[in-house]
Amino acid sequence: MSLDKDTVARIARLARLKVPEEELAPLAAELSGILAWIEQLNEVDTKDVEPLASVSDVTLPQRADKVTDGGIAEKVLANAPGGAVYIDSTDKNAGGFFTVPKVVE
Amino acid sequence: MASLADLTIAELSKTMAKKDASAVEVAEAHLKKLDRHRALNAFITETPDKAREMAKASDARRARGEAGLLEGVPVAIKDLFCTEGVQTTAGSHILEGFVPPYESTVTTNLWKAGAVMVGKTNLDEFAMGSSNMTSHFGGVENPWKRRGDNRKLVPGGSSGGSAAAVAAYMVPGSTGTDTGGSIRQPASFCGIVGLKPTYGRCSRWGVVAFSSSLDQPGPFARTVEDAALLLQAMSGHDPKDSTSAPLAVPDFAVAASNPNVKGLKVGIPKEYRVEGTSAEIMALWDKGVEMMKAAGAEPVEVSLPHTKYALPAYYIVAPAECSSNLARYDGVRYGLRVPGKDLIEMYQNTRGAGFGKEVRRRVMIGTYVLSAGYYDAYYKKAQQIRQLIARDFKQAFEKCDVLLTPTAPTAAFAAGDKMDDPVTMYLNDMFTIPASMAGLPGISVPVGLDKDGLPLGLQFIGRSFDEETVLRAAAALEKAAAFTARPAGY
Repeated sequence: MSLDKDTVARIARLARLKVPEEELAPLAAELSGILAWIEQLNEVDTKDVEPLASVSDVTLPQRADKVTDGGIAEKVLANAPGGAVYIDSTDKNAGGFFTVPKVVE
Repeated sequence: MASLADLTIAELSKTMAKKDASAVEVAEAHLKKLDRHRALNAFITETPDKAREMAKASDARRARGEAGLLEGVPVAIKDLFCTEGVQTTAGSHILEGFVPPYESTVTTNLWKAGAVMVGKTNLDEFAMGSSNMTSHFGGVENPWKRRGDNRKLVPGGSSGGSAAAVAAYMVPGSTGTDTGGSIRQPASFCGIVGLKPTYGRCSRWGVVAFSSSLDQPGPFARTVEDAALLLQAMSGHDPKDSTSAPLAVPDFAVAASNPNVKGLKVGIPKEYRVEGTSAEIMALWDKGVEMMKAAGAEPVEVSLPHTKYALPAYYIVAPAECSSNLARYDGVRYGLRVPGKDLIEMYQNTRGAGFGKEVRRRVMIGTYVLSAGYYDAYYKKAQQIRQLIARDFKQAFEKCDVLLTPTAPTAAFAAGDKMDDPVTMYLNDMFTIPASMAGLPGISVPVGLDKDGLPLGLQFIGRSFDEETVLRAAAALEKAAAFTARPAGY
């Protein structure tokens, strides 16, 4: 499978990655190389082989649906890149928000 | 008297138990080494103040008679484990300055056992790499050099800083994570012991995720016994990681102190004799088989027919999982934010600027193989191959107790080599990836030096949750190989 520049640009958009125009062609060549190498898997007959998603053969555990922590809004928001906004500045653990650029006009 | 920094974990524990040295003195001796060898760039963040404070608390615990398994032992932590109040970067610009408000389970376990943190080690960005050259914070230098050649060599990766720190005697032990070989390959390149436990043995909670069905924390040390002690402290069931195994932790130190391999069936997989592997490594492998035989083990030839497909299947599974895991780095809740005219552009700018070349490459491969119309051809196919690889191992273990293979196809290479073609770099992990795909435990043990004076390791692979046999075999090989070489100047 050989990828062209447009396909690479489409994948970059899907992955939310800004890729400069001049990097698209070299990236297309690199990704095509990797995919061509991966294609040797087609030599293997996998008819009727059950896919293995995880090696852990433990049944996924379940727990009661109840709150296990909380009241730590300040910790949760501590690294907010746009700065955190708190509902009540005198009690930061009462809750708050992350900020993002405006989405609706 | 030898410097405290020359001692193993077991020796340090005895020294401190006899009151010949305090944890504070032990910490100071190692911090001095961090100072002296800073040029290796093994650490992203050094934490000398925290180390002194933890050592003081450790001495107080010992005085109260509450010494833990690793009481007062200095360790370095791969900068992929979240450490409360200490910057955790994953080697990436996108997480630069991120200070976790919580502690990973594995590091929590280490501190409970009394260990002392000296710093956070350098790594390939998000653990994606085999040379440590993809770190945003620069490559790590391997303390080993070729004889009569001053060129800088890589320590391997992704846990390159953790391996280099142990090889340079900056710490007696450290933590790493292994997704496709990221503990075992750097251990081989740096002449130390590196152990990847069975998937599920150590909790992944609080470890920055790369490929969730493969990632597994594990230790580096200079002896098999020390690796066992670290593993003992790091392991255990954790309800916060749904894939953490609800099993009791065996006494790994006892297993490692018993190098009796009489009658142990050691499988030698014929498919691991591949072109492109250095002749010296093949010769070392033969020598390793002879050593095990001399120790009383019984070599058995086995076949793992799908070995060559493990690597390409891995390069579907790991990028697919990484593209999903790394979707969380969007500039909203933590890490870097690069503004844009709207939300989508903010995401794109942030991720474009925050991720390095190799990470962008893998996110794109992962996005592509998971995209509509390609899922069956790539991801499902890779999972079917994964099933066949796991089946190969199951069948081989009907005939043997443990497998012996080379760890890596070459010794450490020069910084900047193998950077032109991604696939050339990926081939470094050809011997470690099959066990990763099957979730099996593996260990790399230093066995000899090549003609240039560089260390080479061999790998044991064991049955699921049978680290004890892996440690026992490793202890026997370690004893027979009697590897005592040290990098010059360290």
